[in-house]
Amino acid sequence: MFHLVPLDALLARFSPTNIFAPASTPSDYLYKVALLSLAVTGAIFLVVAGLLVYVAVKYRSRPGDPSEPLQVYGSRQLELAWTVLPVLIVMVLFLSSARVIHAVQDAPKPKNAIEVIVVGHQFWWEYRYPQYGFVTANELHVPVSDPQRPTPTFMTLLSADTTHDFWVPRLAGKTDLIPNHPNSMWMEPHKTGLYIGQCNEYCGTSHALMLLRVYVQPRQEFDQWVKAQQQAALSPESLSPEAAEGRKVFERTACIDCHAIAGTIADGRFGPELRHLMSRETIAAGVASNTAQNLRTWIQNPGAFKPGARMPAMGLSDQELDEVTAYMMALH
Amino acid sequence: MSSNSLPMPDAIASAPHLTGSARVLDTLHDWVITVDHKKLGLMYIGMGLFFFLLGGIEAIIIRIQLLFPLYHFVSPQVFNRMFTMHGTTMIFFTAMPILFGFGVYLIPLMIGTRDMAFPRLNAWGFWIALFGGLLLYFSFVGGDGLYGAGNAPDVSWWAYAPLTSRAFSPGHSTDYWTIGVLLSGFGSIASAVNFAATILCLRCPGMTLGKMPLLAWMYLVMAGLVLMAISPLTAAQIMLLLDRYLGAHFFDTQAGGSATIWMHFFWIFGHPEVYILILPSFGFISEMVPVFSRKPIFGYPIMVAATVGIGFISLSVWAHHMFTIGMESYENAFFVLSSMAIAVPTGIKIFNWLGTMWGGKIRYELPMLFCVGFLFQFLIAGLTGIMLAVAPFNWQLHNSYFVIGHFHYVIVGGILFAIFGAFYYWYPKMTGRMLKQKLGLLHFLLFFIGFHLTFDFMHIVGVLGMPRRIYTYEPGRGWEYWNIVISVGAAFQALGIACFAINLVWSYFQGTRAGRDPWDGWTLEWATTSPPPVYNFAQIPEVKSARPLWDFKHPEDPDWKYL
Ligand code: HEC
Ligand SMILES: [Cu+2]
Ligand SMILES: [Cu+2]
Repeated sequence: MFHLVPLDALLARFSPTNIFAPASTPSDYLYKVALLSLAVTGAIFLVVAGLLVYVAVKYRSRPGDPSEPLQVYGSRQLELAWTVLPVLIVMVLFLSSARVIHAVQDAPKPKNAIEVIVVGHQFWWEYRYPQYGFVTANELHVPVSDPQRPTPTFMTLLSADTTHDFWVPRLAGKTDLIPNHPNSMWMEPHKTGLYIGQCNEYCGTSHALMLLRVYVQPRQEFDQWVKAQQQAALSPESLSPEAAEGRKVFERTACIDCHAIAGTIADGRFGPELRHLMSRETIAAGVASNTAQNLRTWIQNPGAFKPGARMPAMGLSDQELDEVTAYMMALH
Repeated sequence: MSSNSLPMPDAIASAPHLTGSARVLDTLHDWVITVDHKKLGLMYIGMGLFFFLLGGIEAIIIRIQLLFPLYHFVSPQVFNRMFTMHGTTMIFFTAMPILFGFGVYLIPLMIGTRDMAFPRLNAWGFWIALFGGLLLYFSFVGGDGLYGAGNAPDVSWWAYAPLTSRAFSPGHSTDYWTIGVLLSGFGSIASAVNFAATILCLRCPGMTLGKMPLLAWMYLVMAGLVLMAISPLTAAQIMLLLDRYLGAHFFDTQAGGSATIWMHFFWIFGHPEVYILILPSFGFISEMVPVFSRKPIFGYPIMVAATVGIGFISLSVWAHHMFTIGMESYENAFFVLSSMAIAVPTGIKIFNWLGTMWGGKIRYELPMLFCVGFLFQFLIAGLTGIMLAVAPFNWQLHNSYFVIGHFHYVIVGGILFAIFGAFYYWYPKMTGRMLKQKLGLLHFLLFFIGFHLTFDFMHIVGVLGMPRRIYTYEPGRGWEYWNIVISVGAAFQALGIACFAINLVWSYFQGTRAGRDPWDGWTLEWATTSPPPVYNFAQIPEVKSARPLWDFKHPEDPDWKYL
């Protein structure tokens, strides 16, 4: 009866970012060594804190006893004991750390691993899938890994500006995205679902709003998603008249200097790729849900959702805003 | 030992008597031009307390903003300035000056001499540090140049590159940070030279290195660390200025510079800095625990060895702050090992303090209460430190609130508790008055409760995935309740500090007279009047052991018979 809910799901109820609810191979390694160090330090705490309380209570001075206690200057044996014992404990922790460091950092990349290049930007995430030849933003999709036929995801971490950090606690430990300093990390999720996290290295004004969303999907669903992402943008003819007007506005203004929509003349690299914007559940790195209203507000004034966002308010008229929003809504 | 080897002269009133405003100006002039280590010590402490107030206000603003998810008390820009200024202020302009102040005040007294080795350098160190602090705060009005709105630095106290480059930090806020801290660093280096020279050259006759108070040992090692650790930071800050104004590219990643080099520079300063702050606190604890347990320090030689050991090892652990920057696996393993190694001498110290209390007759005066608080909290801080040194665990905990909880356990639960203890212990020496007992108890209780409400629960939100330096957070992450508790704790701490501040002022005028030796102490500062005369001792004392006043008070059973 105590096993109705699996432990990790129970722990995840405290928080979707609980580090003690691992759902992937590397985070599971970290979880186990964390439990070990908690047990060891917990035991030390009980012994030493117990000693402290005992000494502090037992040896308090009694009223009306002015005499001085026996003057003791030290004890070689005792001092040796409390030097050697910690050395041994520390060695245990070092060796188990070293083992996990090796297991995580030096893990070989299997042939069928998914490769993703993650680029951190102030304050959003760019995801490139070199094996599949497309680029997307802010919502990472990876397949769940079958223990029989593991398909981990290996990520190369880059930064376009300041230092960021990729941290989705239930999937893997964190790793920094540092300009001029490519890093790598991997994860191997065991369970489907949406895993969240956020940038964990202070990177500027809206560092707090640089959220991470990782969709772990069954393999089939993931393959479908990949196929959809690879499709070309809509042809001009298939757009509604309003959206077609919006496209004109988009291509007439600075939007195209910052945004790419593959298959159109928009090829900016400064902001997120928008070709399949509507396949995303959120905009602006998880800050708002992807609705027409939110898109319009965002385009009108990005600072309303994200102070310090690197996208300027473009000063579009109401009509232009409606049209551009319609165009965005057509980017399936 | 004959009694006249420990002279206890009375102060000689030597100042001419003036009246009215002439007297005020004269006193002020006296303080400004003074090179007396006692006045400078008090000024250092005063400076630290002043900035403590500012840093505390910043902390309160941070905690109000984080009370509720998506709360708008201040803008993200202001919030980012608050945590940058809070960290910078508390480390460089609160903890350092207060600890230097106690050292500058106490060391000449405790080693039986009349002043620091270089009294003018002493004054210079203080004034340059104060100037650095004021310059940093001037950024609130001058950061964008005087024409614009105020703009304090917002690059966090680590000032990681390339956030500090001109591309990402236009205006002058980063320059105020750089130059303010740079100046305080010059002051620290000057003081470190002075501490080392004083302790090595000016000890009174009979006081060999093995017979000086442990506090002097701790300050000596601390001085060595300052020289080793502040210099790289100073160098890096100069490089940063070159980057920003003369087109150098040390840290300018957009021109091929390296962001990680700054991290190494910063942490090879930053980790020893922790020990620069904690060693003097160890010194306070090592003076107070024996006196209130009525026993000599347990294992003096191994305490010294552990201190020196900590000094050396602490220079080789810096990259445990950088486990997530993608070092090779063997590099990570090395820094796990070295960081674990430092737990050993630190553990020795805790056991030796417990050994000192064991078999004693512990008097729970206020300083001792803070010592016990220190021991309890420092134990926990050490253990969470071990967890963080386990690199794989660190990959989860790094930069989370767990780390914030951990190092506030070190700095507040450890260092600040030791400093409070030191205030209750040496205030009588410095002013001639005892601090009020009841108010002190209230201070202890409020602050103890507040401390635990705030910092205990930070560990929990950290484990639940809350990163540091975020100005807000979304609901539904399981962080809401904890953040309320944490902020309530901050309010308790503020109340405790208020009691302390009132006590400092009130007792100065109303406290009971302390006399020379209110605690029945054993080191030389208690041999002279409270406050001591300008020249400290009319006649330089001569000692035979580390506890000269014990020998003096117990001629039948002196320490030097056994050691
Ligand atoms: C100066 C460069 C720049 C310009 C010009 C610009 N953007 Fe952006 N845009 C960005 C950046 C950077 C982001 C990511 C902001 C963030 O999440 O922090 C972004 C985000 C977006 C998003 C959300 C994408 C997502 O997946 O979260 C949309 C939609 C968008 N921009 C539309 C537009 C439109 C429409 C225009 C023209 C009216 C425009 N942008 C002009 C830089 C720009
Ligand atoms: Cu970031
Ligand atoms: Cu450290």
